[in-house]
Amino acid sequence: MRDKRARPSQRWRPLGNWRYAPPFVLLLSLLILWQGATAIWQIESYILPSPWEILQAGIQARGLLAQHTWQTAQETFWGFLLALGAGFSLGLAIDFSPFLRDALYPVLVISQTIPIIAIAPLLVIWFGYGIWPKIIVVGLVCFFPIAVNTADGLRAADPEMISLLRTMGASYKDIFLKVRLPGALPMIFTGVKVAITYSVVGAILGEWVGGSKGLGIFMLRSTNSFRTDWVFASIAVTAVLSVLLFGSVKLLERLTLRWYYTAAREERWEEIQKK
Amino acid sequence: MSTEPPPIEVRHVSKAFRVDGRFVQALRDVSLMARAQEFVSLIGPSGCGKSTLLNIISGLMEPDEGVILLHGKPGEQRLGRIGYMPQRDLLLPWRRLLDNILLGPEVMGRDLEQARQEARELLPLFGLQGFEDAYPATLSGGMRQRAALMRTFLCKQEIILLDEPFGALDALTRRTMRSWLLEVWARFRQTLLFVTHDVDEAIFLSDRIYVLSPRPGHVVRELTIELPRPREERVVSSSTFAAYREEILAALGL
Ligand SMILES: Nc1ncnc2c1ncn2[C@@H]1O[C@H](COP(=O)(O)OP(=O)(O)O)[C@@H](O)[C@H]1O
Ligand SMILES: [Mg+2]
Repeated sequence: MRDKRARPSQRWRPLGNWRYAPPFVLLLSLLILWQGATAIWQIESYILPSPWEILQAGIQARGLLAQHTWQTAQETFWGFLLALGAGFSLGLAIDFSPFLRDALYPVLVISQTIPIIAIAPLLVIWFGYGIWPKIIVVGLVCFFPIAVNTADGLRAADPEMISLLRTMGASYKDIFLKVRLPGALPMIFTGVKVAITYSVVGAILGEWVGGSKGLGIFMLRSTNSFRTDWVFASIAVTAVLSVLLFGSVKLLERLTLRWYYTAAREERWEEIQKK
Repeated sequence: MSTEPPPIEVRHVSKAFRVDGRFVQALRDVSLMARAQEFVSLIGPSGCGKSTLLNIISGLMEPDEGVILLHGKPGEQRLGRIGYMPQRDLLLPWRRLLDNILLGPEVMGRDLEQARQEARELLPLFGLQGFEDAYPATLSGGMRQRAALMRTFLCKQEIILLDEPFGALDALTRRTMRSWLLEVWARFRQTLLFVTHDVDEAIFLSDRIYVLSPRPGHVVRELTIELPRPREERVVSSSTFAAYREEILAALGL
């Protein structure tokens, strides 16, 4: 009565093995091209520094960069936490009643059409030059995908699974915790991944409007003093920070959703892609 | 026969659905019952309302007309009192096999440790030993179906409804599964209402069979199957079996 497909997933690979080679190679070739171009056309370093110069500038300013990065990382962290809390709660609220769905959903969509850059100065007026306006900007930039994906994910539950639990005499709470929430998690994680990608940029946006520390401030000051190499160095740090954050969410997702990323599923996708 | 009321009785049940503003009559005046520890099959063409009837019996839906009696009393609160295995296995993809199987005891607030122990002992009977920790996505169709069946039996309800449990399986697997189902049933001895559209399967398994007409579903024939138990595969080629088959096919209008 057994067959060989029915084997518990052993080939579980959290991050894949060679999947990250192509982007790495691509990035490296681009950097080499860039390096070559600056050398051939002898571009002034304050207009476009070469990758090598940027690296050196970054190392030279590492103390400063570290301070500013730490500030931005803190803003990002707290802002993202805020977005997570607010996004998830709003998603739950939308799911909770048809009335709240009708009331909240359009308002949330409209809220996304307001340019953050217009609100950010107001936040400074209301909350001062401290860390709070930045946290709120990150929250504003990030909560939406989390809220929408939570609400839609909870809705995507299989009605027949819910019926099955009802025949067992399950309560609303049981159905929510045992069927709807676990089923929504893949979508919620998708929302979180989109959100975290924007989070660092959100913090930098918040700093531009008013602040004295952070990568955004460092970028502004470097631009003003024609230290284009430092501008690029801080851009590089921003990118690395974003990728690291994204990577941690992805890893957390893989660990939480082991049922979703079973070996059988991965193999099926590999087969589909081969065709 | 005893005069005790049967554990489950369906009386004059009708049900219609509104589909795109039109009424679709799914069931018309269906009456049937199952005695304690009886294996009763419902056979009928696809779309005749078999699943609808089970949905009504389980309490997921209410009939437009008629009543469901449990032990002779109107079963107003039926949810949580009848074991139901729907047509699809509906294993929760995020739960490992054993946790899926224990869903019933968990939801009903029973002693989980004891239930787990019992489930582990029963795994070999369901051919699932060694797969306790596997996720449903990694299992074959037959295994998933057996797991769903085990989950239903472990709800420990006196009445169990099975909706075409082998419907999605290939003919060969179906044949082994039906003998095996009788083994399982012999062990639990619950009252079974079994839905199928396979004539041989119904005869092989049942004490009694209700034949339903095409939509709107209506009982056109009731047969008592007097083949001795335990039943073995070769009973299928006996002349009594063939006679039953003829009768059912005639009732189905085939
Ligand atoms: N929830 C529903 N809403 C509308 N129509 C339904 C619903 N459930 C079943 N039906 C209709 O009722 C009829 C009987 O369906 P069903 O009980 O699933 O048949 P069977 O299980 O015998 O194949 C079909 O025509 C089907 O389309
Ligand atoms: Mg059906």
